[in-house]
Amino acid sequence: MDWIEFPSLGRADLRDLRVAIDGSFREFTRAYGPALERIFEPLEDFLVWLETLLIQSPWPLVLIGLVGIVFLLSRSVKISLGATIALLLIGYFGMWEDTMRTIAVVTVCTMVAVVLGIPVGIAMARSDRMQSVVNPVLDLMQTMPSFVYLIPVVMIFGLGKVPGVIAVVIYAIPPMIRLTNLGIRLVDPDVLEAADAFGSSGRQKLLNVQLPLALPTIMAGINQCIMMSLAMVVVASMIGVKGLGQPVLQAINNQYFTMGVMNGLAIVAIAIIFDRATQAYGKRLQKHSEVVHG
Amino acid sequence: MAEPHGIEIKNLYKIFGPDGASMVERVINGMSKQELNEKHNHVLGLNDINISMPGGKITVVMGLSGSGKSTLIRHINRLIDPTAGEVLYGEQDVCKMSTSELREFRRHRTAMVFQKFALLPHRTVMQNTVYGLEIQGISGKKAEAKAAQWISRVGLDGFEDNYPNQLSGGMQQRVGLARALTNDADILLMDEAFSALDPLIRMDMQTVLLDLQQELHKTIVFITHDLDEALRLGDKIAILRDGAVIQQGSGQEIVLRPADEYISNFVQEVNRGRVILVDTVMDRGEVAETDMVLQQGILLEEAAKQFAESGHAIANVVDKSGKPLGSLSMQQAISAMVTPNSH
Repeated sequence: MDWIEFPSLGRADLRDLRVAIDGSFREFTRAYGPALERIFEPLEDFLVWLETLLIQSPWPLVLIGLVGIVFLLSRSVKISLGATIALLLIGYFGMWEDTMRTIAVVTVCTMVAVVLGIPVGIAMARSDRMQSVVNPVLDLMQTMPSFVYLIPVVMIFGLGKVPGVIAVVIYAIPPMIRLTNLGIRLVDPDVLEAADAFGSSGRQKLLNVQLPLALPTIMAGINQCIMMSLAMVVVASMIGVKGLGQPVLQAINNQYFTMGVMNGLAIVAIAIIFDRATQAYGKRLQKHSEVVHG
Repeated sequence: MAEPHGIEIKNLYKIFGPDGASMVERVINGMSKQELNEKHNHVLGLNDINISMPGGKITVVMGLSGSGKSTLIRHINRLIDPTAGEVLYGEQDVCKMSTSELREFRRHRTAMVFQKFALLPHRTVMQNTVYGLEIQGISGKKAEAKAAQWISRVGLDGFEDNYPNQLSGGMQQRVGLARALTNDADILLMDEAFSALDPLIRMDMQTVLLDLQQELHKTIVFITHDLDEALRLGDKIAILRDGAVIQQGSGQEIVLRPADEYISNFVQEVNRGRVILVDTVMDRGEVAETDMVLQQGILLEEAAKQFAESGHAIANVVDKSGKPLGSLSMQQAISAMVTPNSH
């Protein structure tokens, strides 16, 4: 009854395979780790600068600055007032510094995701082959448990901010790419034909027609990207990203219920602020489609 | 003003499918649209089109849906690439242009108006109207001044800052027309431009177009499925069926001498009084004993009106200098306006 046995790789072979892969990856890390780290140095510097700016500046200034940005995006007194109250409560409960760190990380991660995600999304929208290549990669990025890709990232970069940012970006960039692609593909073909008929070049078509018309969808992508970054910040605290995630991690390890809930609620609060502000901004971009002739 | 070039379409074929080029031979040898579709899974879009579109005149291409008329107009600015054949504008063959030549041709020589308007929804009327100039690299005050003039000309004064979906269909198409005219191109391509509008507004827009053409003398190619519209606008009409031209000529020729039963069924419902000229019906060379005169080149309907007002039963048709060309009786005028029972 030999055939009933699953024809699996022998235990020894399997071990050899693992050793071989791990070994060569470790060698790769040793050889290229420092070089890779150097590439990401400017990113780290920027993150540290932003974090210091938010923490070292007097809190009323930071508060006014943040609420000002929220107001500029949303043009809504209600949302701005909500943001003010939420930030004041966060400060009152002693979570100001951690919150600032988290805001800094999320801001940087979102910026990286936007800068990388929009061009990839555009490329995907322009070529079906590109789409068929990128789509499975995005599936992988979204479904692979985040802990799994933390391992190689930590092996290369060690613990700290940069690996945290990379891990968060990997997790948060897929909706950015997907929604940019979708937004461009959904642009009315009649309007594109008109642009062609007037002799638009590819670039003119992209800048005058495709991107502006896809913008509401792209904004939804940015919004999703921010939300996912915030969710990932807690996991990233396991590899040394400071901020609201670390107290949550501590609370899990020590069963500090109150501490966990408070920091969790702080994350929820800034998530809601970011969400409402970006959504209101996205809506404002669609002003032209709201007023319908009747 | 120099008369713009006409457009010559010669032996144009379009076969949709993966290997259209190798199917042309079969179509030339007489394979039908149906057979091509069933045996080779290719769709015959245009079959040996030869039309000469005179410069400075309105050429109407008429056909029902699926006749290939929209495909045909898209060959003139090559939004669709032909399978075989030539589209000549002056000396140039549009089908042989390189990508950059084609882009320049589209920017400076053609402008297009679309059935579904195809305005940019995120831009105001003014921003939509300057689009063509912007693509050409002209922007700012100069472009806006030019656009403002055309916005005003199509009757949209005061709507410059509105978005397209704040406007009614008729007004949106006026924007489409203003956008095309601002481009200042010789060729104006109108793809069922008025088909989506309701009848009164359509009449209105036809009048706008005819008025504009009186001063502009552009080479206009107008696509429609409406014979009345074709007869009203067209200096020349080509009728398309299953991708082939079955008759071309002036409106009068088509109404009086339909090439086949398909067309004669079409023209049966036409108001002949608005198509046929007195010159066609009059007894050429005769001079009648009457003091009533009719100008050469007026429509029968107008002649009937003048008969009714004057109370005469017969009139002489005269040319511009007053020289008599022939005579026309009220009897003749009225019987020519009524559709004969058979052709």
